[in-house]
Amino acid sequence: MGTTSSSNRASTLKTAANTTAAAATTIDTTTQATPPPVTDATSQQSLAHTPPDEPLVTIQANKTWGALNLREIWVYRELLYFLMWRDLKVRYKQTVLGVLWVIMQPLLMTLIFTIFLGMLARVPSQDVPYPLFVYAGLLPWTFFSSAVLNSGNSLVGSAHLITKVYFPRVIIPAASTGARLVDFAIAFVILLGLMIYYGVAPSRGLLMLPVLVALVTLLALGLGMWISALNVRYRDIGIALPVLIQLWMFVSPVLYPSTLVPQQWQHLYALNPLVGIVDGFRSSLFARPFNWTAIAISAVFTVVLLVYAAFAFQRMEKSFADVV
Amino acid sequence: MKPIIKVENLSKQYRIGVGQASYGSLREALTGMARAPLKMFRRGVSGGGMTEAETLWALKDVSFSVEPGEVVGIIGRNGAGKSTLLKILSRITEPTTGTIELYGRIGSLLEVGTGFHPELTGRENIFLNGAILGMKRAEISRQFDRIVDFSEIERFIDTPVKHYSSGMYTRLAFAVAAHLEPEILIVDEVLAVGDASFQKKCLGKMGSVAREGRTVLFVSHNLTAMQSLCNRMLWLNQGELVADGTSRQVVGNYLKTSFSTQTEQIWDDIGTAPGNETVRLRSARVRPVDGSHTDSITVRTPFVFEFEFWNLVPETVLNLSLVLVNEEATVLFNTGPMTRQEADSHADATDWHGRPFPAGLFRSVCYVPGNLLNDGAVNVQLHVIKDQSIGIFFLDSVLSFDVREDASMRKDWYGKMIGAVRPVLEWKTELVEERATQQVGS
Repeated sequence: MGTTSSSNRASTLKTAANTTAAAATTIDTTTQATPPPVTDATSQQSLAHTPPDEPLVTIQANKTWGALNLREIWVYRELLYFLMWRDLKVRYKQTVLGVLWVIMQPLLMTLIFTIFLGMLARVPSQDVPYPLFVYAGLLPWTFFSSAVLNSGNSLVGSAHLITKVYFPRVIIPAASTGARLVDFAIAFVILLGLMIYYGVAPSRGLLMLPVLVALVTLLALGLGMWISALNVRYRDIGIALPVLIQLWMFVSPVLYPSTLVPQQWQHLYALNPLVGIVDGFRSSLFARPFNWTAIAISAVFTVVLLVYAAFAFQRMEKSFADVV
Repeated sequence: MKPIIKVENLSKQYRIGVGQASYGSLREALTGMARAPLKMFRRGVSGGGMTEAETLWALKDVSFSVEPGEVVGIIGRNGAGKSTLLKILSRITEPTTGTIELYGRIGSLLEVGTGFHPELTGRENIFLNGAILGMKRAEISRQFDRIVDFSEIERFIDTPVKHYSSGMYTRLAFAVAAHLEPEILIVDEVLAVGDASFQKKCLGKMGSVAREGRTVLFVSHNLTAMQSLCNRMLWLNQGELVADGTSRQVVGNYLKTSFSTQTEQIWDDIGTAPGNETVRLRSARVRPVDGSHTDSITVRTPFVFEFEFWNLVPETVLNLSLVLVNEEATVLFNTGPMTRQEADSHADATDWHGRPFPAGLFRSVCYVPGNLLNDGAVNVQLHVIKDQSIGIFFLDSVLSFDVREDASMRKDWYGKMIGAVRPVLEWKTELVEERATQQVGS
C-alpha cells in the first residue's frame, strides 16, 4: 500500500518538475510539449482537430428579433431530462410521505371542497358526484397553477447556473413545467380510481383528453416561460404571482360548473383560456357535450401566448446573466 | 494556421447605477413589456440613449485569435475584464459590439461543481453536472469510472454530497469537469480551490489536457502556474488588450507595471506634506538594495526603506517606526531603530538616532535582508515617535509593494507557500547509522 502511493507521488512530482523546468524557458519547452495537433497519433479522441471552414458558433450582439432556436433546444434535450429528474428527485427525497404528497394535495382539497361547497353550499355538479366533479377540475388546475408558479420562479432560483454555464435558458422553465406534468400523471391514477369507485364509465370523449392535456401543458409552458423571464428583471412578479394564481382559480370552473355563470357573461367568461380546458376535461371524462367554442378560444390563446413568449424570452434571455 | 477562436473588436458595456431599470413600477414594466415588440422595430441600433456616466466598458475593442493547440493565459488585475471575456466566450452573456467566431466545440469551467445539488448522491451529481457542462449521457457513462477514480471518493459515491467534506466535494466536481472533451476548454481560476495536493493534481490535469493538443484559455492569479502551462499570454487592463505575446514577455511586463504598488512618494511642498508642526515628510521610497524603486523585489531581494523628513522643532528626539502588513491584514513585523544604549555600542558619528535633532532634513534608511518575506503584497505604515515612546504622527499606506515569487526557487511546488514570512534557514540531514536492508522474501 505504502509503496504504491509513494511511487504515484514520485511520478506526479516528476511531471510537475518537467513543467517547472518549462517555466524557465517557457517558449521552447511548451511548444515542444504541445505536439503538432494534426500529426499527433497518441492523443485520445480527435481532440487535436483541424478547424472547419465555417464557424460552429458566431457570438455577437443579437439585434435581430427572432424566436427561440428550436434546433439548439433539441441538442440540449438531455439536460431538460436531467433537470426534470433533479426537480422530482430533490422534491421528494427528504419528505416522509414522498411522492404521496402529489396525491394528497388534490385529495385533501377535494375533501374540503366536498364538505363545504358540495354538502353545505350545495354547488351543482352536473349530475356527477361532487367529489369526482371537483377532483376532475382540481387535477388540471393543480397542474397548471403549480407549473406556472414553479417555472415562474425557476430562472431566479437557478441564478447560479445561469451565470456559470451556457445552455438555452428556456430549458429551465420547461423542466419545471415538465416535472409537474409527471406529478399530474400520478394524480391522474387517483382520478381513475375515483371513477371506478363512483361507477362512471369512460366514453369516446376520453380520446379528447390527450389533446386537452397537451393544451394545458403548452399554456402553462408559455405563461411560465414569459413570467420566469419577467421575474428575472422585476422581482415583484414573484410576489404577485401566488395571489394572481389564487384569483385565477375562482374565475375558472374548478369548484363550480361553468353553467353557473349567467348567460350574458358566458362570452366574457370563456375568454379565460382555462374555462375551455377545465370544462373540456370534465366533458371528456364524464361523457358530456364539449364546448368547442371555449376550447377553440383556449387553443388560439395558447398558440398566441406561446409564440409571443418565445419571442419575448429570446429577447430577454441574453441579459439574464447580467441581471439575475 | 487557421484560428480556432477569432475575436474581433469585442466590447461589452454594463449599465451601472440608475440606468439599470428604466421602468419605475410593475405597472409600467408590464405595459413596457407589452409594447416591447413594437419598440424593437423602432429602436433599431441606437443604444437607447444612455449617458456615459451610467455605463462601464468591461471590455473595449478586444481582438485576437487563437490557433488550435495553443494554451493561452489571460492575466490582468481584478476588474480588468478577464471574467467578462470568458463569460462572453462561454456564451453566458453577449457582447455589446464585436464578434467571436468559434471553430470548435467549447467547454467552459467557470466554477467547479456548477449545479451540484446537496441532496443528490455523488453518482447522481456526476450525471447532472456532466449534463450541465454539455456532456451527453452516453459520454458520461463511458467516462464514469475514470471520473470516480480521479475524484478518489469511490466509497462515498452513493452518499448525498451534503455529507461530503469540502475537499471531497471539490475533488468530485473537478473530476467531472476534467473529463470534458471539448476542442476548446475555458477555465477560470479553478485552481484557487482545494488543498495544495489537489491543486497540484488539477494543474497536472490541465497540463495533460494541453499536451493532448486541445486549445485552452485559462485565467488565474497564480502566475507561476500560468507561466508553466501557457505558451502565450493576453494581458487585459481596464477592458483593453494591452499585450499579447509569449508568457515570459507578457508576465515580465505585467509585473513591472503593477499599479497598486506605491514604491515612491515625494512631497515637494513642505506646507502640504503629511505631518504636523513637529515633523513633515519629504519622501518615502522602497527599493532593492542595489536598484531603484521601479525595480521589482522578489522573495530573495534584500531591499531598503528610505524616508526623508523635516524636523521643525529643534532639540527633538525623533525616530521612525514601520509596521508591515500583508494582504490578509496580518502584521508581518514592526521595526524601529535600536534603543540608545544598544546604539551606543555601534557608535557612529553619522547616525543621529537617539540624539536631539536640530531643525533640518533627515534621512532614515531601514535595511531588510532577502529571504525573509513571503511573496505577496505588503503595505507599510509609518509612525513617527518622539522620545522613543510617544507617537506623534502616523501615516497608513505610506508605501505598498509586491514581494514577488522567484520562479527559480520553486521545485515541485506550484502553490503559495503559507506563512507571513519565508525565511531560508539552515538545514542539515546526516546519516546517523546505516542499516543493512532486509527485504521480506529475499
